[in-house]
Amino acid sequence: MSSLLLKQQAGRPDEENIMKNEVGKEIPPSIPGIGDLRPYHCTMINGQAKNIQRLKDRQMNPDKNKIVDSLETAIRATGLRSGMTISFHHHFRNGDYVINMVLDTLAKMGIRDLVLAPSSLSEIHAPIIGHIRNGVIRRIETSGLRGPLAEAISDGFMDIPVVINSHGGRARRIAAGELPIDVAFLGVPSCDPSGNANGYSRANNAASECGSLGYAKFDAQHAKHVVFLTDNIVDYPNVPFGIPESQVDYVVVVDAIGDPKGIMSGALRFTSNPKDLLIARGAAGVIEASGYFEDGFSLQTGSGGASLAVTRFLKEKMIARNIKASFALGGITAPIVALHEEGLIGRLLDVQSFDMKAVESLKNNRFHHQIDVGYYANPDNKGCAAHQLDIVILSALEIDLDFNVNVITGSDGVIRGASGGHCDTAAGASVAIIVAPLIRGRMPTIVDRVTTVITPGKTIDVLVTDQGIAVNPLRKDLQDNLRAAKIPTVSIDELKTKANRVVGDPEPIKVEDKIVGVVKYRDGSIIDVIRQIRRSVE
Amino acid sequence: MKIKDVGIAGTLESSDISIRIENSESEGIEIELKSSVENQFGNQIRKVITQTLLDMGVQHAAVHAVDKGALDCTIRARVMTAVSRATKRNCIPWEVDRCAE
Amino acid sequence: MRRSMLYVPGNNPGMIRDVHIYRSDAIMFDLEDSVSLNEKDAARMLLYNSLLTFDFGQAEILVRVNGLNTAFGRDDFEAIVRARPDAIRLPKTDTPEDVVEADELISGIERQSGIETGSIKLVAAIESALGVINAPRIAMASGRLIGMALGAEDFVTDLKTSRSADGIELLTARSMVLFAARAAGIDAFDTVFPDVNDEEGFIREVKLIKQLGFDGKSIINPRQIEIVHQIFTPTEAEITYAMRVLEAIREAESKGSGVISLNGKMIDKPIVERARRVLAFAEAAGGQAG
Repeated sequence: MSSLLLKQQAGRPDEENIMKNEVGKEIPPSIPGIGDLRPYHCTMINGQAKNIQRLKDRQMNPDKNKIVDSLETAIRATGLRSGMTISFHHHFRNGDYVINMVLDTLAKMGIRDLVLAPSSLSEIHAPIIGHIRNGVIRRIETSGLRGPLAEAISDGFMDIPVVINSHGGRARRIAAGELPIDVAFLGVPSCDPSGNANGYSRANNAASECGSLGYAKFDAQHAKHVVFLTDNIVDYPNVPFGIPESQVDYVVVVDAIGDPKGIMSGALRFTSNPKDLLIARGAAGVIEASGYFEDGFSLQTGSGGASLAVTRFLKEKMIARNIKASFALGGITAPIVALHEEGLIGRLLDVQSFDMKAVESLKNNRFHHQIDVGYYANPDNKGCAAHQLDIVILSALEIDLDFNVNVITGSDGVIRGASGGHCDTAAGASVAIIVAPLIRGRMPTIVDRVTTVITPGKTIDVLVTDQGIAVNPLRKDLQDNLRAAKIPTVSIDELKTKANRVVGDPEPIKVEDKIVGVVKYRDGSIIDVIRQIRRSVE
Repeated sequence: MKIKDVGIAGTLESSDISIRIENSESEGIEIELKSSVENQFGNQIRKVITQTLLDMGVQHAAVHAVDKGALDCTIRARVMTAVSRATKRNCIPWEVDRCAE
Repeated sequence: MRRSMLYVPGNNPGMIRDVHIYRSDAIMFDLEDSVSLNEKDAARMLLYNSLLTFDFGQAEILVRVNGLNTAFGRDDFEAIVRARPDAIRLPKTDTPEDVVEADELISGIERQSGIETGSIKLVAAIESALGVINAPRIAMASGRLIGMALGAEDFVTDLKTSRSADGIELLTARSMVLFAARAAGIDAFDTVFPDVNDEEGFIREVKLIKQLGFDGKSIINPRQIEIVHQIFTPTEAEITYAMRVLEAIREAESKGSGVISLNGKMIDKPIVERARRVLAFAEAAGGQAG
């Protein structure tokens, strides 16, 4: 024993316990400074050291062929129990069949008290009301709500308030372990039997194609179990893939995962509405004069009429001044793709493809790249692309005298929108521009206090309306630059007064005490609460 | 002035208000209003309708209004036109109080 | 400045309240051809109330009423004069008597309602062959007249032809309206270009009528305003020259010399007037060259 110790202390291998491994080489059991050494050993199966099957046959093996016979089988296999958390993406927008399909199956299986954590919800998800009533869903975390479900929640239908996260905020939460996803159910437009999935296919015309799978990619990375639903099985290997097979556990094949008409619109066109064009022209002028309009700038636009039209006016200025954008981010749309294809935008970072042109471009253009939502907007993600923006153009339902913005509750207090990437991009971009008409119908856009704060005013820089432009007093630099360019601005108070002179003074909406929604800022802090609306008794 | 026939004016286009006015069984001015901005402007809209009718000397009427975000002057104009049509008189806007004769 | 005159149908509350946003030089509210017969009363009432309520900014306000030979004309005048627009546009003006009749009617209403006599102006619209022939006398028929306009749609119908791309059928009418207006010292306005989507055709027509000498054009869509203003805006070179002309005048006046010359060319009254006109257009465009 003592000689062994002495030898070990001298740093030499333990010669007395040396063994031979399976290829006949002598290997000491341990070496000081390195640790124990496990000798090579090969396990034979059926007389062979490795799998000698043909590819075709390998693909039928359960670990390689993840297709199971039904959604129910997949659910059972994941071990999903009552009380757990499930997630979905919203790439199929108002054409999504997945959420309703999965919830119906879960309900039939008797699973209850689930936390529903999709990236967003649409009108088509109204059946969730029944699942809440029946105790299948206990609590919801989402970026947005629309339709009958949103109305029901605004009316106090749920016991536990909905938690509203921005896209970046949800990603931060999940990545930090604050919202662990037990099972992610992800609809994928193309998928091979091993589970390599994408939002389109280069092999065929995927019926439910949606382009980028930015939100799905992220959930697949972070969820404990991942189930794919697809209506389009393609041959292995399904390249390019947005989600690799290593991240998915089961694949369920169904007739349809979504309605193409609801998933995708035709190419989003420029508005011909003269009011929107006026606003867009104003915003383009602000961008040009901002001081950030130089070769290599970066940009993101929303998908509303005025936002899209800004690119049309900006294009003229880019050509005139020989300025090219280095990249555009977001929600990619046909007008952005057009600028890219004309050589005016270098690269496209796509977390969600809004129309057919964007999908085609993702398929065909080398410099159009799919990114996940964490890379897009998670404030704790070092690569956060939203933090690399010079300019972002956003919309607003309401904005107040401190420039706080509401994009989620209508003027009647009912939830009908989403937090989305609004506060993420406003915080990340050097210049955040809101484009909105001064008045919509009889409702003034500028109010004393917004119904719900989604984005804090300190991150909103300029408001461009059809009747005037206001700059946040925090931004003396922008104020000076606009003045130098002879762009007239007014205070936001003056704009509000102008509107009220035309429409009168709206009475404040009445709410009950009950909180039906908790709005989280991207860092997880609470920025506002949504209260149950008080319906007038007829 | 009493409303004998039905008078209709205005459209369902954005920023307009459709007014239908007719004889009322009960006393006073009854207004049935449907508006997209009921919460914020419902009271104001009713006030303008009522005041316009009173200015015209109409004390009793049943009004059915569908509002699409009309401003006060539009509401006033449409009410005046509806009354004008209902009474088959050419109510002169700057002499509305004479409409009651 | 009356470069752009934006038409607004008089029975459309949504358009009436928003029209000022587009910043045309003038706004033409219409009670005539854009309002159906059974809505004439509603449109009149709506416009009366709207004119008394809204702030239309800097724009000049005109109202096209129904002619006095229709069932609606008189009531239109009674209501609209009291709503105090800047001017009334008289449709289908065929004779100087048409103008005089309107002038006298307006005077009566002004008196009745305590409005300063003569404050409501007139624009005569020529829309027929007879109107073109009578244009010189029509233009002189009243001190209220501030302009004369051509209404091509009815005009070509009267001629038994149709409108073409280059507008040859309007050549004489345009010239006559222009001559009549100039002789009377009032403005001349060209007709509406109906195809909103034919931007190139519109630009051609605006350039043509500007060259002919017109002061402005009727517009039916806000998108057309920008184009008109741009074409009516002088170039950098024109502005510079105009400024030098006026500078030469000032210099000569301070020296007390009679004859003024610039670059060896004599500058006489017409050149000075043109220079002043150029600078007026430049100022309207916000000081930026076209």
